[in-house]
Amino acid sequence: MLYLPGNPHAAMNERYVVEDRARNTFSLSRETLVSSAVLEKECRAIFDTCWIYVGHASELAHPGDFRTRHVAGRPVIFCRDKAGAIHVLLNSCRHRGATVCREREGNARQFMCMYHGWTYETDGMLKAVPGAEAYGPDFDKRKFGLVPVPRLEHYRGFYFACFDRAAVPLVEYLAGAKEYIDLVVDQSPSGRMEIIAGVQEYDIKANWKLLVENSVDDYHLPTVHTTWLNYMKNAGVNVRPPKDEGLLLPSKGWGRDLGNGHLTTDNINFRGRPVARWISIYGEDAKADIEAIRRELVARLGAERAARIADTNRNLVVFPNLAINDGSSVTVRTFFPIAPDRMRVTAWCLGPAEETRAQRARRLDAFLTFYGPGGFATPDDVAALEAVQQGLAAWREVGWSDMSRGMAKSAGEQLNTDEGHVRVFWRRWSELMDRAG
Amino acid sequence: MSDRRNAASATREEVEDFLYREATLLDAWKLDEWLALTTADCGYYVPPNDKPDADHRSTLFTIADNHARLVERIKRLKDPSAHAEYPPSRTRRLIANVRITGSDGDAIEVAANFVVYRFRRDNDRREFVGHYRYKLRRENGALRIAERRAILDGEELGALGAVSFIL
Ligand code: FES
Ligand SMILES: [Fe+2]
Repeated sequence: MLYLPGNPHAAMNERYVVEDRARNTFSLSRETLVSSAVLEKECRAIFDTCWIYVGHASELAHPGDFRTRHVAGRPVIFCRDKAGAIHVLLNSCRHRGATVCREREGNARQFMCMYHGWTYETDGMLKAVPGAEAYGPDFDKRKFGLVPVPRLEHYRGFYFACFDRAAVPLVEYLAGAKEYIDLVVDQSPSGRMEIIAGVQEYDIKANWKLLVENSVDDYHLPTVHTTWLNYMKNAGVNVRPPKDEGLLLPSKGWGRDLGNGHLTTDNINFRGRPVARWISIYGEDAKADIEAIRRELVARLGAERAARIADTNRNLVVFPNLAINDGSSVTVRTFFPIAPDRMRVTAWCLGPAEETRAQRARRLDAFLTFYGPGGFATPDDVAALEAVQQGLAAWREVGWSDMSRGMAKSAGEQLNTDEGHVRVFWRRWSELMDRAG
Repeated sequence: MSDRRNAASATREEVEDFLYREATLLDAWKLDEWLALTTADCGYYVPPNDKPDADHRSTLFTIADNHARLVERIKRLKDPSAHAEYPPSRTRRLIANVRITGSDGDAIEVAANFVVYRFRRDNDRREFVGHYRYKLRRENGALRIAERRAILDGEELGALGAVSFIL
């Protein structure tokens, strides 16, 4: 690393994250956001050692269903075999490498490679090879199945892969994030949440870690999302911060450390929720229905748990790259770096499987008022992240970003508008990068 | 009865003139004038790239505005705090292959192809390619937009990033 005169940390050791708890300073080297050497290292140190989100069980409703996608740079087939078991297979023919399944999604009886026609069962086993007699007697088809990811586990229908065979089990890895996933899944009376059709896939010209920060950073809400707040206000929602509480937002919220680099905001609800808190934006005719959803929650889970679900909003980050925004609707959003200054985002809407047609439409509407590449808020987040990335071009002279907000307070006092939860991500990131040497 | 038929008919020339005028207003960011071309029940849709024929009530769209939300979208776009579009993008729309494809009650169904070029300072040129499906209705004799669907051809939004202006 090159340190230039004027760098406040020039005398310190060569670290990416420099924290001084006595002086309440926390500085992040901007090199972490622009360097291809850093990206190369994090592919091995982060993406090849952590549990990485692949998809949700509901996306594979029937035996033979499949979805192709990219996970940590690898092409994979996320599929359900004929017997009903879920697999994540590396989408690379064992013969000479072609992607075996080239469709986005569908239902397959088998996967046939278009190059020389090797065919595989839906569980990955090699089924047939054209002209098999040309292979000698030692050729063992059982050794040439599609290769599964080294580890595949799920938590309540959310499937994660891990490329490190020695990794701790997913439930252990998820640590405190489990509780926040439960708050999402428990919104369904039967515990069945489903990914709704229609995927949003878009690039942001910014380093992937900037979206981690942005997904949980409520400090930017009043400035970046002014037009969204105005939209809420025009619809009769109270968006003024309460007087004398020193808040930037209409309600109080916290930033929390969930262990293992996972983090969340946990905010008192002001923005409404399909499950289940009515605000004027939903319209008068939705009131009775949302109250009925609330009653179902109370009857099933008790008043306290129902309030925990319906009266708060939570933006969860599962380290390193899964965000579940349980806000105006529920989004499941994952993103991968494709260059130091570019990421590819995939986002879905999640909802209870038993929703009525009207409830589903309301959820989708609520989603679009805020989220996604055509929403009233997300495009401005994208603009902010791209502005950051452009500013970072001066990293050799302006070498450090400040993330000390809230540091003078205790861990339990960190607000959603502080940076305590953002620091959680960076500490874990830095620990894993250091561990890789 | 004959009134109704007349209401749902137009020449291609008239429709083309209308779409070209609309494109000119949008490229000039005359958003209020553009909004005045829509009916009070107008819907504006950009379906998701992977499900271009889907229903916005059961599928997550990129944009699915009813008229009230469309009005709010225009307010937002005129506000300098709409950071994704401030300063406003420069756009140029090429509209082609305009045809009248049918009628739905008193609405004229129209299809057209588009290329929208979008330029921003310190950014690459972005090309939005696809086709429109309109429902046009006459109000006081003039054509108005009752439904506007901009369907992108790309397999994903990808490098286009966002649909932050009126596509
Ligand atoms: S590469 Fe697949 S059959 Fe040859
Ligand atoms: Fe934001």
